[in-house]
Amino acid sequence: MSKFIPVLIAVLAGWVMMIAYFSPRLLSSRQLAEEWYTIVATIAMLFGGANLCLHHLKKISDREAGWGFSAVTLIAFTVTVVVGLLKVGVVPESVKSLNRPWSGQFQQEGSAFWWMYEYLFSPIVATMFAMLAFYVASAAFRAFRAKNVEAVLLLVTALIVLVGQTKDREITSLFLPAPSDGTAPYVPIGDLTEFIRKTFVTAGQRAIMIGVALGVVATSLRILLGQDRTYLGGDE
Amino acid sequence: MTSKLLQKLNSLDRRWIFLAMAIAVAAPILLQVGSDETPSTPTRRLFDQVEALPEGSRILMALDFDPNSSAELSPMALAFTRHCCLRKHKVFFVTLWGTALPMIDTTIKNVIQTEFGSGDHPYRYGEDYVNLGYLAGEAVAINQLTSDIRKARSQDVQGNSLDGLPIMNGVTSLKDMQLIINTSGGFPGAKEWVQYAGTPHGIPLAAGCTGVQSTQMFPYYPDQLIGLVTGIRGANEYETMLAAKAPVPYAEMRMRPASLRGGPQRWAHRLMIALIVLGNGIHFANRYSRRAN
Repeated sequence: MSKFIPVLIAVLAGWVMMIAYFSPRLLSSRQLAEEWYTIVATIAMLFGGANLCLHHLKKISDREAGWGFSAVTLIAFTVTVVVGLLKVGVVPESVKSLNRPWSGQFQQEGSAFWWMYEYLFSPIVATMFAMLAFYVASAAFRAFRAKNVEAVLLLVTALIVLVGQTKDREITSLFLPAPSDGTAPYVPIGDLTEFIRKTFVTAGQRAIMIGVALGVVATSLRILLGQDRTYLGGDE
Repeated sequence: MTSKLLQKLNSLDRRWIFLAMAIAVAAPILLQVGSDETPSTPTRRLFDQVEALPEGSRILMALDFDPNSSAELSPMALAFTRHCCLRKHKVFFVTLWGTALPMIDTTIKNVIQTEFGSGDHPYRYGEDYVNLGYLAGEAVAINQLTSDIRKARSQDVQGNSLDGLPIMNGVTSLKDMQLIINTSGGFPGAKEWVQYAGTPHGIPLAAGCTGVQSTQMFPYYPDQLIGLVTGIRGANEYETMLAAKAPVPYAEMRMRPASLRGGPQRWAHRLMIALIVLGNGIHFANRYSRRAN
């Protein structure tokens, strides 16, 4: 019974969403299912937060390797939630609501939550992204070498795309004679980059996307028929 | 002499490479070296679409990114919003990312309030633009917007009822939008907007994405996406077209964050190419030296 009811809800909701796509009569049912999805998704966020706390509390209590990072995570999580929920530093947005100090937005400029986002979260994630440039440069120097035919193909393609992505692609025109009609010399690198992107890369991506879509259709059908119950957490 | 140099290069400390990259990126930033870009067709198509829409058209600006990718996507969002305001379109901001709310605030503050908040026809909140804020539910939230915006969100981000905002008059769902522009840094993003809004309901949709994501988005162009702006280069192309349309003040480099970032990007790419060439030079020199011995 504990599995039958969740499966029944999933199957019914799935069929309603699918049939409503073709039948306008079921639009209100679809909207109801969507509203419930939003509610469930919001509750799932709360469960996610609780799960995060339990996971890291266990790591700290067991003194697992790297438990200090878990402590930092927990402190950061708690501070963010408390500051956001209590709207620390938020002021009412209009004169009309002066007697309601909590009427302002939690992310209001100047508030503690805004400060944390602007001066902690934002620089940290931006730094993580920026670090990539250094590691990619190091990898380009050490690993990107023409060791066999496949590596040569990859290397030449990468170089063409790399040059074609920047304004430097136009430097190739320096080595070409100007056409007699007075137009700019032909720039093959830019065209070649577009050709690689539109032909080989897009073809490969389409194949992957079609494969993924077929997998999604197969899994969805299994869920709609009540065959796939892995979303319940078991392996049935 | 040559073998000594080869030995040195073979055991080159990676910190030298890091230092070279730091200089390649930092010097153009400090010296404010910008770079123009020749507009590509996917970028030009979005620009032309915004131009072709009659004044006052409704445009949904979905900003689905966070500070992680804001270096690439924020200049794009600024340029799109700027262009919409120049054409006097009505702009509806929304996001499917909780961490993107400040990105919308920054865009509104830097473009709409600062540049278009005064003058003969100032942009007014609730009349010319609205911030619908964050919608939970990922792809399902898009579905809700396509059937009934008020079911997805009855209030704007300031807590005003949508029914009380003049901009919402006659707007029931996404089908009332003349164009959706999505600036996306991951999931949910452009792909979901294509799958749940653009293609099934025939709403014109264009996207801006990071350079890394462009390969995943190109299969949708030009049929499902009428325009595609990719990475800082795409944003730079858009700014170049804006500069040509309104040279005062958009031709000025200080007004063009993407063009300013084109300089560091260019030098970083040059360094990468040099490193690849040098790495392969060392590889072949090692092979030659092994054969000679």
